[in-house]
Amino acid sequence: MSTSTADAVVPYDEVVAEFDPVLGLEVHVELGTNTKMFCGCPTEFGAEPNTQVCPVCLGLPGSMPAVNATAVESAIRIGLALNCKIATWCRFARKNYFYPDMPKNFQTSQYDEPICYDGYLDVDVETDEGMKTFRVGIERAHMEEDTGKTSHQGGATGRIHGADYSLVDYNRAGIPLIEIVTKTIEGTGKYAPEVARAYVTALREILRGLGVSDVKMEQGSLRCDANVSLRPSPDAKFGTRTETKNVNSLRSIERAVRYEMTRQAAVLRAGGTIIQETRHWHEDTGITTSGREKSDAEDYRYFPEPDLVPIAPDPAWVEKLRSELPENPAVYQARLQAAWGISDFDMMAVVRSGALDLVAETVALGADQAAARKWWVGELTRIANDRAVELTELPITPADVARVEALVGEGALNDKLARQVIEGVLAGEGSPDEVVAARGLAVVSDDGPLLEAIDAALAESPDVAEKIRSGKVAAAGAIVGAVMKATRGQADAGRVRELLLERLGVSE
Amino acid sequence: MSETPSISREDVAHLAKLARIDLPPESLDHYAEQLAVILGAVAQVSEVAADDVPATSHPLPLVNVFREDVVRGSLTAEEALSGAPSVESDRFRVPRILDEE
Repeated sequence: MSTSTADAVVPYDEVVAEFDPVLGLEVHVELGTNTKMFCGCPTEFGAEPNTQVCPVCLGLPGSMPAVNATAVESAIRIGLALNCKIATWCRFARKNYFYPDMPKNFQTSQYDEPICYDGYLDVDVETDEGMKTFRVGIERAHMEEDTGKTSHQGGATGRIHGADYSLVDYNRAGIPLIEIVTKTIEGTGKYAPEVARAYVTALREILRGLGVSDVKMEQGSLRCDANVSLRPSPDAKFGTRTETKNVNSLRSIERAVRYEMTRQAAVLRAGGTIIQETRHWHEDTGITTSGREKSDAEDYRYFPEPDLVPIAPDPAWVEKLRSELPENPAVYQARLQAAWGISDFDMMAVVRSGALDLVAETVALGADQAAARKWWVGELTRIANDRAVELTELPITPADVARVEALVGEGALNDKLARQVIEGVLAGEGSPDEVVAARGLAVVSDDGPLLEAIDAALAESPDVAEKIRSGKVAAAGAIVGAVMKATRGQADAGRVRELLLERLGVSE
Repeated sequence: MSETPSISREDVAHLAKLARIDLPPESLDHYAEQLAVILGAVAQVSEVAADDVPATSHPLPLVNVFREDVVRGSLTAEEALSGAPSVESDRFRVPRILDEE
């Protein structure tokens, strides 16, 4: 069904002229604990199928769950970092459903007693009027467990529709998850897609700062579902929402929200109604399609989990955790921005590209902040976008970039060669020094070979040589260019020019 | 005195659907009666429990029973899959999830 016909859409500027968007975001974060939520199975990503399972997470009869203390602590720390209240008493609940991704036939979650509730996160978005702060309310953050991984066999596309049967790996079943749910986000107007992205970006930075998760969206340890609805004006009642799943990069969040707005606007404008449904985001085509997996009316029959006792965090423990929270990322950002002496706009570019930590590390390793930003926010972000991966997934480290910059600083590389070294590192040719050695990249600083190349170029274009001799210094560019080409960019263009003019007895 | 709880045919049909039990329509009244008797028995609790007795989900007055985050042995894939009716590529093989539409 992924080839289903694309829905009609309305140009974005017309959408925001006619409608007011309302958002709600649900983020699931897999905790980086050693073990699962309710058993001692390890949680490593990529293990052989069904090798990180035990009677508890397989739901075998007679097995009893036991709560992971570190997961509870992480949940509380996340809540505190999101300005939430921490429940003094709460319970787990069974969410009953029939789907083979949970062998127990229920997911142990929290229902009406989340451990964290009523918080907020402030996010900055670049608007036409400059930087603006939007406060995103946090409804709740609760503890639950991840599900197993199903792969659908038979049928055309590996999708559940048309599949003959499915295969299930329960390694992921039971890994601690925190689900963070926003309150409805209103008042964003046309910036809804940017606010959605900024929120998840800020949340990811907070989670990373807390060290509770590796927050890798591409591996699914941070997942976002976006609820989107439109209404005719900010004082109208909420429109029907859709929930878009499978949004697994920061860039996709912005794109998915924008797409869904344009699609819903087309339906509404044509006099249609929005169906409350789950939709799937398709990264490749940039559209959402209807997912009818849960067309059964959802009735999870939640009830308190009888196999687990309530959790009543000791206020002294909560206060201790609060006092030990790391620096808030917003404060951290402000501190770096001051240290680097850059504008709000430039800082925003760093944050938006997800390069903050990478730039900071590169600077800490001795690179100039402008150079570090140039590489990470410019060249490398562009490459990451082309490859549709996160910046951190590129096979290059802050140490590599700092080393390249050090070589530039020493005069061993010029800008053009530095680019080639970066390319080499990205192509897996080794460290910057190895790439320099293997590709034979070095600024030619010895005048001998340069003079030879200059003579050759002059011999090639006697007419140009004559022009320069006659005082048309501007023509020197052609010869310099030929020399640079002959030396594969390894010469210092300024020095070539000097030598050339000297050779011809002309002065600037 | 509590009233005898009632449960309708429709309630039984809905529960059966949620529980993936294929009940023939002619048996719905039969189960509705039986379930009403069970609910009636459970409802006796509310005659004893006054408003000042909070509902509980656990018989023991315990909170905060935690486990340290330390890895304990898992089963091997072979052990884990040993009870499965069908296995393929070290995974549990399950029947088609969605009916053909």
